[in-house]
Amino acid sequence: MPEISIKAETLFYIGSFAVKNSMLLSALVFVFLICVGISYFNDSQKEEKSGLFYTINLMLRTLYDLFSSIVHDKIDVFFPLLSAFFLWILIQNWSGLLPGVGSIMVGHIPLLRGNNADLNATLALAIISVTMIQVYGFQFLGFKVYISKFLNFKDPIYFVLGILEIISEVSKVVSFAFRLFGNIFAGEVLLTIVAFLVPVLASFPFLILEIFVGFVQALVFSMLTSVFLSLAVSQH
Amino acid sequence: MNIEAAKMFAIAFTMALGAIGPALSIGKIASKAVEALGRNPEAESSIRTAMILGLAFAEAIAIYALVVALILKFT
Repeated sequence: MPEISIKAETLFYIGSFAVKNSMLLSALVFVFLICVGISYFNDSQKEEKSGLFYTINLMLRTLYDLFSSIVHDKIDVFFPLLSAFFLWILIQNWSGLLPGVGSIMVGHIPLLRGNNADLNATLALAIISVTMIQVYGFQFLGFKVYISKFLNFKDPIYFVLGILEIISEVSKVVSFAFRLFGNIFAGEVLLTIVAFLVPVLASFPFLILEIFVGFVQALVFSMLTSVFLSLAVSQH
Repeated sequence: MNIEAAKMFAIAFTMALGAIGPALSIGKIASKAVEALGRNPEAESSIRTAMILGLAFAEAIAIYALVVALILKFT
């Protein structure tokens, strides 16, 4: 059986800071995205624009239409957050499927590991998402109105409902984190096991499935964030 | 039954029982989506979006069971 580790493994230490293999791939993707962003910005200043500019524009336009069907007139405030979630998760998911990720070994541990196959990364994304939902709720409804959703002493029934609201906010973090982690990690395990059972060609359809799953999970994460955002900023 | 065998049974039953609910719900979601498509073929893209979102929710339950099974297996 191939060895499968459920947590990311430590490659080396900088001081007391452990650098994990998932962190290394995530840093590479981060640099790649920064480069794409800079070239997109440079193109937007020029008269003659390249094909990359129009491709990214088309993608952003589609995302803009998709999210504006959910959050309507507040799209200009939320669009940077939502599209950043979508593109970051999508590129991270797909970069975990590249050849060499998980198969180049240093000693006994793989050099690279998909970032979303590490629970810490998805938990960080989930915490950012839920925190931003609360921040926008306070910003759009005002402190007093939004806090009355959680703490309400007017009526015992509303008080109990407020406690349930707090629990549901916490469970949002857990479900966001585990949904993304579970899907991506299960995909990695599936690909490893299939490649172990049938070494030639059999993993090809599963790769296509994983490309689709990566896309759907990125879509689901950003769509859910946008739905929760539009619920949080609407007046009851 | 020794500990190792009990663990294997736990893994198998986690996955087996955990997959029943999502399987039924995915079937229901897809059948309803096809029904809606038959009634209103112009709304295909919005039906597809809603269906994929619903499928992802239902599938997430199976994924939770899978994560538990994987944790049992590999730790």
